[in-house]
Amino acid sequence: MALLQISEPGQSPLPHERRRAAGIDLGTTNSLIATVRDGHVQVLGDAEGRILLPSVVRFHADGAATIGQAAAEAEVSDPLNTIASVKRLMGRGRAEIGASPYDLSSTDEGPVRLRTVAGEKTPVEVSAHILRALKARAEAYLGGELSGVVITVPAYFDEPQRQATKDAARLAGLPVLRLLNEPTAAAVAYGLDRNPEGLYCVYDLGGGTFDVSLLRLSQGVFEVLATGGDALLGGDDMDAALVRHWMGEGARATSPSETRQLLRAARHARERLSGETEIMIDVPGVFQGLLNRATLEGLIDPLIERTLAPCRRVLKDAGVKVADIHEVVLVGGATRTPRLRERIEGFFRKAPLHDIDPDQVVAIGAARQADLLIGNAGAADMLLLDVIPLSLGLEIMGGLVEKIIPRNSPIPASRAQEFTTYKDGQTALALHVVQGERDLVSDCRSLARFSLRGIPPMVAGAARIRVTFRVDADGLLSVTARELTQGIESEITVKPSFGLSDADIERMLGDSIIHASDDALMRALREQQVEADRMIVAVEAAMAEGADLLMENERTAIERQMVLLQSVKGGTDPQAIRAAIVSLDQASADFAARRMDAGLRKAMTGRSVTEFS
Amino acid sequence: MAVTLTENAAQHVRRSLEKRGRGEGLRLGVRTSGCSGMAYVLEYADQIGAEDYVYESYGVKVLVDPKSLVYLEGTQLDYTREGLNEGFRFNNPNQKESCGCGESFSV
Repeated sequence: MALLQISEPGQSPLPHERRRAAGIDLGTTNSLIATVRDGHVQVLGDAEGRILLPSVVRFHADGAATIGQAAAEAEVSDPLNTIASVKRLMGRGRAEIGASPYDLSSTDEGPVRLRTVAGEKTPVEVSAHILRALKARAEAYLGGELSGVVITVPAYFDEPQRQATKDAARLAGLPVLRLLNEPTAAAVAYGLDRNPEGLYCVYDLGGGTFDVSLLRLSQGVFEVLATGGDALLGGDDMDAALVRHWMGEGARATSPSETRQLLRAARHARERLSGETEIMIDVPGVFQGLLNRATLEGLIDPLIERTLAPCRRVLKDAGVKVADIHEVVLVGGATRTPRLRERIEGFFRKAPLHDIDPDQVVAIGAARQADLLIGNAGAADMLLLDVIPLSLGLEIMGGLVEKIIPRNSPIPASRAQEFTTYKDGQTALALHVVQGERDLVSDCRSLARFSLRGIPPMVAGAARIRVTFRVDADGLLSVTARELTQGIESEITVKPSFGLSDADIERMLGDSIIHASDDALMRALREQQVEADRMIVAVEAAMAEGADLLMENERTAIERQMVLLQSVKGGTDPQAIRAAIVSLDQASADFAARRMDAGLRKAMTGRSVTEFS
Repeated sequence: MAVTLTENAAQHVRRSLEKRGRGEGLRLGVRTSGCSGMAYVLEYADQIGAEDYVYESYGVKVLVDPKSLVYLEGTQLDYTREGLNEGFRFNNPNQKESCGCGESFSV
């Protein structure tokens, strides 16, 4: 018997007339789809009942594509036309990707392209094939078109990667209700929203990505306090470590297809060693040997250790101690490894939750969220708050970054800040949107550039330009600049720009801590340099306009100080620049005072004193 | 005989009504449709009809129209949690069978 919700008068849904919605976990290794039907979450399988759809697409010469298991079987025989782990390429440019088993097109512009017998394919197109296969499953099961889907993405996905995911969905003809961070979906699947208020940690080690999220539950609302992880660490790396070990033991893999055979053997070996203690490995013609659990554990321990560093950082970011965490949730097939559970239990000092299938838990949460968003579940008490992974800001004078939305801010978010012009009569303002934690633009990721034109000419500092950053519920950013006196406006939505690899995000976070004092010094230096430039421009303008008021010895003194300032401002000592600015200011003080007097006299000439009282 | 709410259901209805900001109570009913013949109606009630039977459970007004009452007499509405889902359940002594999905029933 289904559970019912209260409807508005006259709007009780007819039986079987609910809108069809589904949750999709678009994974690096496997993808899956789940839907809520009659109040129960159902993870959908293919005709043979297989739930996990390998995220593998094989292209054929006639332009057709095979998806999933059948494609995965061709990984060995047709390596260049069989694309696996395409998620790692989403939203990336060629320069951001290092070695790849595929034939990547060498153009530097735009998204990376894979050369196949069916022509060049973008990662978005490859993902769309996977989504279409999942869509077909859901529509066969639900008996009609899907009205909306929720697709999960790693918490670390940046704007271009999220946009690429949405593009893939659009290409597959799927209306996206929203993108949801994978760990957040897992927490929903566990129904942690029914639990006592407090802190929950989600540890997600999938095939290709590691995410750790700290969620706070209060009054039935989830807030993601902090997220961290490593976008290039997963079960795949465990397989790779095992293959390296075998190569050291005499395995001979001379072709890409043999390497893949070994990788597949490694994946099977890991799965089997969750239950057994010693197994026989046999890859005909490539490697043969025994593998025991202790050896495997020795190989994967360093990888598990690498996952603990982001865990520590997340706790530190949120100012939380291990003892404050109520529950730890395990997500991702790699968390089935008994050794990993032991280490997690050791780190968090409590046994992690793992009773929902770690491969399915994200899709289950996404399905539940999709059901809520499409309006089937009635009064939606649950509200999910995600956070942005890296701070968003603007470039200001001197190549410095002004952070507008700090990292870990809950989304959707909207913040505004006012800026002004730097030179007299300036009529345009170039805006450069960057993402990152460092103080200098050159150390951050460039997201977009646009300009605001038509600012009415005013003296420097008089214009008021309000810049608003908006991050929507999917984590996509739009920036608006508005000149407040005339109301002119300019806007940009951040589209993929390629320049920085995702692995670098992790490094950037680390760098921002390591380089905190360098950054502070650099900021002080740049600020003084900007001030020096401003001062020189202003004094030069004044000398040109008020030449008649300038005495000769004064001119020499000012020029001498100006030359001095010019020479020190290129240096690295902010104090020296400051001192030269002060000297120039003093040398020109009398001249500036006379100019002001002259200006006042001009303004008052011909008027009676009473007009000014 | 009457139509009643469990304490749990009543509490949930009260909270929902407060959140909604208006409403006289809760309307229960049946209508013909669905694969087993009839489907339950569960709605907020903004008006009490002249013919409605009005019951009160734990401070919540429950309205049932005379035609529906025939099928609902003795029903208790509960609010329960089932796996990942929670919602209202009709415990209806008149119900003989329901379709596989449980969204419609026959008496």
